[in-house]
Amino acid sequence: MEIFGVPLQAMFGQLLLGLVNGSFYAMLSLGLAVIFGLLNIINFTHGAVYMMGAYGAYILMSAFGIGYWPALVLAPLAVGVVGMVIERTMLRWLYKLDHLYGLLLTFGLTLVLEGLFRSVYGVSGQPYPVPDLLRGATDVGFMTLPNYRAWVVVASLGVCLATWYVIERTRLGAYLRAGTENPRLVQAFGINVPLMITLTYGFGVALAAFAGVLAAPVIQVNPLMGSNLIIVVFAVVVIGGMGSILGSIVTGLGLGIIEGLTKVYYPEASSTVVFVIMALVLMVRPAGLFGREK
Amino acid sequence: MKRKLISILVGMALATAPLTPVFAQAKAAGAPKLSDGVVRIGVLTDMSGLYSDLGGAGSVLAAKMAIDDFKAAEKGKAFPIELVSADHQNKADVGAQKAREWYDTQGVDMVTDVLNSAVALAVTKVTAEKKRIMIDTGAASTRLTNEDCTPYTVHYVYDTYALANGTGNAIVKQGGKTWFFLTADYAFGHSLEADTSNVVKAGGGQVLGAVRHPLNASDFSSFLLQAQASKAQVVGLANAGGDTINSIKAANEFGLTKTQTLAGLLVFITDIHSLTLQVAQGMMLTDGWYWDQNDDARKFGKRYFEQIKKMPSMNQAGVYSAVTTYLKAIQAAGTDNSEAVMAQMKKMKINDMFAKNGYIRADGRMVHDMYLMQVKKPADSKYPWDYFTVKATIPAEEAFQPLAKSTCPLIKK
Repeated sequence: MEIFGVPLQAMFGQLLLGLVNGSFYAMLSLGLAVIFGLLNIINFTHGAVYMMGAYGAYILMSAFGIGYWPALVLAPLAVGVVGMVIERTMLRWLYKLDHLYGLLLTFGLTLVLEGLFRSVYGVSGQPYPVPDLLRGATDVGFMTLPNYRAWVVVASLGVCLATWYVIERTRLGAYLRAGTENPRLVQAFGINVPLMITLTYGFGVALAAFAGVLAAPVIQVNPLMGSNLIIVVFAVVVIGGMGSILGSIVTGLGLGIIEGLTKVYYPEASSTVVFVIMALVLMVRPAGLFGREK
Repeated sequence: MKRKLISILVGMALATAPLTPVFAQAKAAGAPKLSDGVVRIGVLTDMSGLYSDLGGAGSVLAAKMAIDDFKAAEKGKAFPIELVSADHQNKADVGAQKAREWYDTQGVDMVTDVLNSAVALAVTKVTAEKKRIMIDTGAASTRLTNEDCTPYTVHYVYDTYALANGTGNAIVKQGGKTWFFLTADYAFGHSLEADTSNVVKAGGGQVLGAVRHPLNASDFSSFLLQAQASKAQVVGLANAGGDTINSIKAANEFGLTKTQTLAGLLVFITDIHSLTLQVAQGMMLTDGWYWDQNDDARKFGKRYFEQIKKMPSMNQAGVYSAVTTYLKAIQAAGTDNSEAVMAQMKKMKINDMFAKNGYIRADGRMVHDMYLMQVKKPADSKYPWDYFTVKATIPAEEAFQPLAKSTCPLIKK
């Protein structure tokens, strides 16, 4: 059986791969959505932070002999702390200003961070092996799926859903959402809003770093790895609706799959298809698929 | 008092004594006539972008080593030589502008490295206009010695023809008859694919298909699945840098390397270093120079390694050789006049740690042996940077496009 000239089996394979990429998009856009939704900052450092997560894993391995599994926790923690320092020392001053200032600051920071890593590590990238436990591939009938890719989908979906649950369904999440709606009132109830915002930013950044560690074994660990991805991720956030958490997860996965299919039918367009969709969505629903018009 | 004066005079005489005869000798040997009293060499390269590990600071070091070695060989009698360097940021306009500034205001006589074909094609025009010399070691485009050739440009290390020819031919001869290409969707990728397809077809092979991926596509699994489905024996990677690295990583992960052979059409040793042998093992590629290919190369590689903690790429080794050849030509021609030096270079045989009996053709192509390499298995690698087995030497005459086929207008037909 064939679908438009592509055998059904191959089609399943491509869909599954789309899902793998989609889960990276989902995790990265989730961090952006959390930061935008709660802090109103368009966080352009997200790509650089993703790169720092991957480098964190590499540095832990090469300098301290710490393997993949501890790195999956330690690298995001360390990068999250860096994020909190950035929030405390720089971003804090921009909350009252237009979005544009936050965007410019974070964009500048990205250039600085990428430049630093480039001058220390060069550009040809660092090797990072797949952890022993996940080596090899499993034959799932229609394709051989590398075990590591399967793990990526499981891990990122797990993290995404947990984040969604915490923000939308728990008391802590309610504080967070209230704190961004009306910080003064929430502060009056005895909740430390500035601390909460710092922690939220740290968490969003740690999510990106987590995605970076997940990506390290499958793509080249390179100072520019984030800048190739960040624009697509922004498109995902815009399509999903700025600040919508569920929106960014669903659109991330969906666009991964659409991009995967484009790679089969017309590979030349695979890097543009996301932006075409973005343009179409913006024409029909300017607030994004899941966004609320204010 | 008088005695003191005499002793001072004697001391001064002794102190200057070694200098005087040297000066005399230099004159006697015929010091070259230099346009402004000094030979200036410019290394124009990517200092911080995606090619900076292939050229960059390593190329500047190689040029410096070449100048120091030349001065040492001349035992202090060498003419004055200066080295300058600049970052062209992989932008054709920046590169051309820098070259123009160097030629116009800083008296630069020769530029080298100039990796990135787009930059090289822009700089070659400025160089011809200003009648200086460009010895390009890093760019891949065959246009430099075909339709865009000039009497002032030498293309020194490799080009897409040599890469396609070397790897394509060897694999077809070994029985790899059916090919599928993974091609970067821009001019460079297309021409590499076309050149290799021609070689494959000429050898009796067959091209089953190709997938054109966008530049800097970070995930290649989908394209590799298509390559796998094509059932071709060989998957040719007509891309470069990060794209090649990510293709190879994914090919390894999806078990493609168990049933199909990967052919890297433009792979540098720095790429292998970044991939590790575990991932890259078994791959075939063509290289213009490998640090472990013979004693001279090893000696250079180790000296270079001591300073920068990396082994040189073929481009960086090429810069060393190009600068040496240029300086020797000035010495032999007795002038730094571009036409005279160029004529001299085209007369000379190039014999150094980079090339054996290399020579520069009328179209500017430096012709030398190329090497077909196979990436070693991790178990066979005995020391750091022990990455390649030299499978075959591709003789100079076969490695590059035959002069008869060159479309360079300088060749009288």
